[in-house]
Amino acid sequence: MAFKGHQREDENIDEELTPTKQPRNEPDNEAAAPAGRDASERRSSNSTPRHRSDSVKKTRPPFPWFGMDIGGTLVKLVYFEPKDITAEEEQEEVENLKSIRRYLTSNTAYGKTGIRDVHLELQDLTLCGRTGNLHFIRFPTHDLPAFLQMGRNKHFSSLHTTLCATGGGAYKFESDFRTMADLQLHKLDELDCLIRGVLYIDSVVSSGPSECYYFENPTDPDRCIQKPYTLENPYPLLLVNIGSGVSILAVYSETNYKRVTGTSLGGGTFLGLCCLLTGCSTFEEALEMASQGESTRVDKLVRDIYGGNYERFGLPGWAVASSFGNMMSKDKRESVSKEDLARATLVTITNNIGSITRMCALNENIERVVFVGNFLRVNTLSMKLLAYAMDYWSKGQLKALFLQHEGYFGAVGALLELLHPA
Amino acid sequence: MAEWSGLHSSTSRHTMDKSITLPPDEIFRNLENAKRFAIDIGGSLTKLAYYSTVQHKVAKVRSFDHATKTEMVDELYEISVQEEVTARLHFIKFENAYIETCLDFVRDHLVNTDTKVIKATGGGAHKFKELIERKLGLRVDKEDEMTCLIKGCNFVLRNIPHEAFVYAKHADSEFRFQTTQPDIFPYLLVNIGSGVSIVKVESEDKFERIGGSSIGGGTFWGLGALLTKTKRFDELLQLASKGQHTSVDMLVKDIYGGSYGSLGLTGDLIASSFGKSATADKGFPKEDMAKSLLHMISNDIGQLACLYAKLHNLSRVYFGGFFIRGHPVTMHTITYSINFFTKGEVQALFLRHEGYLGAIGAFLKGAEEDNPNQYSWGENYAGSSGLMSVSPDMNPMQRARSGTFDMLEMDRLERKLVNLPLLQDASSYIPDTVDLAEDALAREYWLYCFEEALDGVVKRALASQPDMPEAAERAEKFRQKYRHKLQTLRHQPFAYGSLTVRSLLDTREHCLNEFNFPDPYSKIKQRENDMALKYYQKVVKSLEELSWEERQFALIRGVLAGNVFDWGAKAVSDVLESEPEFGFEQAKRKLEGIPSISLLCGPPHKCALFFVDNSGLDIILGVMPFVRELLSRGTEVVLASNSAPALNDVTNGELQILTESIAAMDPVIQAGLREDRLTLVQSGSSSPCLDLSRLDKVLAMVVRERKTDLVIIEGMGRAIHTNYYAMLSCESLKMAVIKNSWLADRLGGKLFSVVFKYEVPAAGHDSEALTPP
Repeated sequence: MAFKGHQREDENIDEELTPTKQPRNEPDNEAAAPAGRDASERRSSNSTPRHRSDSVKKTRPPFPWFGMDIGGTLVKLVYFEPKDITAEEEQEEVENLKSIRRYLTSNTAYGKTGIRDVHLELQDLTLCGRTGNLHFIRFPTHDLPAFLQMGRNKHFSSLHTTLCATGGGAYKFESDFRTMADLQLHKLDELDCLIRGVLYIDSVVSSGPSECYYFENPTDPDRCIQKPYTLENPYPLLLVNIGSGVSILAVYSETNYKRVTGTSLGGGTFLGLCCLLTGCSTFEEALEMASQGESTRVDKLVRDIYGGNYERFGLPGWAVASSFGNMMSKDKRESVSKEDLARATLVTITNNIGSITRMCALNENIERVVFVGNFLRVNTLSMKLLAYAMDYWSKGQLKALFLQHEGYFGAVGALLELLHPA
Repeated sequence: MAEWSGLHSSTSRHTMDKSITLPPDEIFRNLENAKRFAIDIGGSLTKLAYYSTVQHKVAKVRSFDHATKTEMVDELYEISVQEEVTARLHFIKFENAYIETCLDFVRDHLVNTDTKVIKATGGGAHKFKELIERKLGLRVDKEDEMTCLIKGCNFVLRNIPHEAFVYAKHADSEFRFQTTQPDIFPYLLVNIGSGVSIVKVESEDKFERIGGSSIGGGTFWGLGALLTKTKRFDELLQLASKGQHTSVDMLVKDIYGGSYGSLGLTGDLIASSFGKSATADKGFPKEDMAKSLLHMISNDIGQLACLYAKLHNLSRVYFGGFFIRGHPVTMHTITYSINFFTKGEVQALFLRHEGYLGAIGAFLKGAEEDNPNQYSWGENYAGSSGLMSVSPDMNPMQRARSGTFDMLEMDRLERKLVNLPLLQDASSYIPDTVDLAEDALAREYWLYCFEEALDGVVKRALASQPDMPEAAERAEKFRQKYRHKLQTLRHQPFAYGSLTVRSLLDTREHCLNEFNFPDPYSKIKQRENDMALKYYQKVVKSLEELSWEERQFALIRGVLAGNVFDWGAKAVSDVLESEPEFGFEQAKRKLEGIPSISLLCGPPHKCALFFVDNSGLDIILGVMPFVRELLSRGTEVVLASNSAPALNDVTNGELQILTESIAAMDPVIQAGLREDRLTLVQSGSSSPCLDLSRLDKVLAMVVRERKTDLVIIEGMGRAIHTNYYAMLSCESLKMAVIKNSWLADRLGGKLFSVVFKYEVPAAGHDSEALTPP
């Protein structure tokens, strides 16, 4: 996937496919993963219930199997790499398919901006009677033309596969897929896919170290630790998807859900404001700055106004009274650092999502909240803040849950649609 | 609105500084009698409140003591102008920069006060504590901000009709005022200061902060200053109003290419605020970022407010705080957000006096021993600035904000005002027939009409005080004040709530009172009353000679003919001025079509409530014979008349004397009075119009006790300009003579056409007649 070369008509694919050896800017990958995790072991122990009968084989679509979620900021791609290819199949496999498989599985980064989240890879997974690995790949939506160019160069359309896609981009770029890469998209609703994906991924990993986790002692920073959570009997459940914007869904079963509300203050707002305020240009950069900053220099706290707690209304002194409130003063504007501003932006956006979520949970009478979406990727800061906010303001009534594959569920849902049309 | 450099041109602006002299008659009025101070110091504006007693001239009538009378006196009663002391609340709003000047001014003009304490609230109270104590010699006693806010909010909602409004940017009239609800609770108050507080108010003393948000006015200001390098809040809003947010925000269509149909999300919705600024390769105009920020914050607050309203099942949501205050831009974005998130189920409500809530509340805290809530209060239009008086974008005539004073004055009414118990649905009752804010043609006409009539009013006011040499000067001040009000209303029809004929009339009465012309028509009323009384017996006699049917018809005709005599209507005052002989009989002939139905043909009513109109021929020769007929049929009668003078309307004081005088001639009336079957009560009003939701408590009590089953409302002001559409729970009759050719045209009739509207609730019989043209 060579985004830098999308303007070129170069037929020499291999030259373009110079992979970067390591994904960039993934400092917190390990931190975000639960301790003692062993992916392969987990997968094998879980494959049995997913075996399919022979009838499945007949309706099984041809390889390659992709699921795609084209969001406002990121394109998420899941790719199933069959590991049980027989010699016969190997021989039959057309060169184009082989080339794609090799390209995707032998690299961890593609072009300048494409990245495979290796730590999320699900191995020995059985899907439609086939066993293999599920890969998770992402790249910025604005590099979609390069992706299409690559698809064209690799003659993807000759494979006669259905490309299942969800997210707004499936609609917006449908004609680009057709004209640039001769590909017909099978468009899917993003919320349907999201829920299907969440439930699937959670089910296939339920017996090992958990896909789902929470933070124990969220209100005590010293004792706050990540713990696995078993999402049995998940319903009802509030699903908060934080991408560029935020959607909040109340889920009562796999097919029964409603979008409660949404907010435009999401991941895109965090990154957008950070870029304007600090001059940074990537999410990772913004997060790195935020981790070093101090939001209390930017925000006006209750204690800045009342000298301490506002007892009359039970507001603690440390609570933020006005986000960016200190920035009304010229002197204070001049004394804050970029890191402080990044931190304040992160805290503002995160707390606001927490606050709206909490109100939805109360209105819908749901106690379990699952946060997903790429805003949470490598963003332990926000996750802990959300965990804290849910717990503190609900006096322990609400539990914030998180999932390892935070941003990929829509793409997984799209892949499932390819394999088992609903 | 008063500006301390007066109405001088903008060239004097540069000379304005903190040491400028304040004109004592215009701002901080009545300081010599002031007591009980309160102050609310916000981030940029200070609101000072005090209570004062106001010396007022009031017109009184007193019956001549006939027993001791030695010589023949023509007049039935004497008129005197007396001094009366009434209570008034003053609220003044000014920029913090002038606080020292203002405190000096207050100290210098304070004469006799035993006040030791000043109640203070607001974020700046602490900062200025020392200054206030030093300057005024009063001890600063700090009150909780939220408590003051809620107290103030309850007070204005209860006492000021049309306090709350809905803002609709693109409608004919941007401000749609809400009628006062009989029960103001429960409601949600969303106060958007630097942060947001969401408060649920359940009763006078019970409220709870149920939530809030840190994303508020301070976020707009702070983040806006960082993004645009613009320092002032107002400038940021100005920027925002000029910007385009679509280059900064990621819209649904930026993601979907169009709408997200299955969720009903249109393409123009913001999917991610500032979502495009991460990938933009060039900077954005300041305006666009400010606009995007404004949308982001307004939408967020609106959404949270809706979630709280839903959770607590509340539909009345008021918004206030400096983010909202006087800023159409933020009112619009908040309104938009609320409409979007509740699909129209909840309306965003704003308050005309929102900026004063804290000061009012702090004042009320300090005045608790006087129990101000036991009284009804009324907004004094003469002494109040009106909505948006200091908003530069709403009011280009006025200078930018600094150096401008905004004022609110409220008079303590002598009585507690309540709903008429006979209103079919008090919560949906709207007194006024036409909202002039929404009817540009009607507005033009009536503003013109009142301006035209001004010379005559001034002349009459002067004539009522021939022995007072300084009356000319006062009359001229009155003229200027009222003309200025009319000009303000021409540009800002929303300044005092709904603009109606009633509000124009009431404003004129307030201005007349302000300059001590309590009853310009007193002499005319007296002369007419004396004259009409001479004909009373003759009229009664001729009525008694008629057959029953004929008499019923003649009685109605009489009331209507009497109603022609109205100095308030220009068409009539012209005739009265030029043809003094224009008599009762002629009036009858002038009337255009009188309905031939009788409402007295069924079984007698238990009790009739009659809202009377003019003095003179109207009350004496028109209404009284009708009252007599009712009494004769065994119907009790309650005559409701104004508590204080308005135009030539008969006041309760006058009516007492007149009725006694008639009783002396007429045994039926006499018996009615003696047996307590004829009762005279005050309406509680001093307006030529009638608001059935603000009536004297005693009247309401009498109406209830007597099981009133017929309501008669007489006259243009009470039955056409107001109450034409009022729905009552008993039989009602609204009758008037159209004495205004424009209005006659509008209603499709001729001058002196009769409006006769007889309604029976629910049962079905409903006859309505504007008699044929």
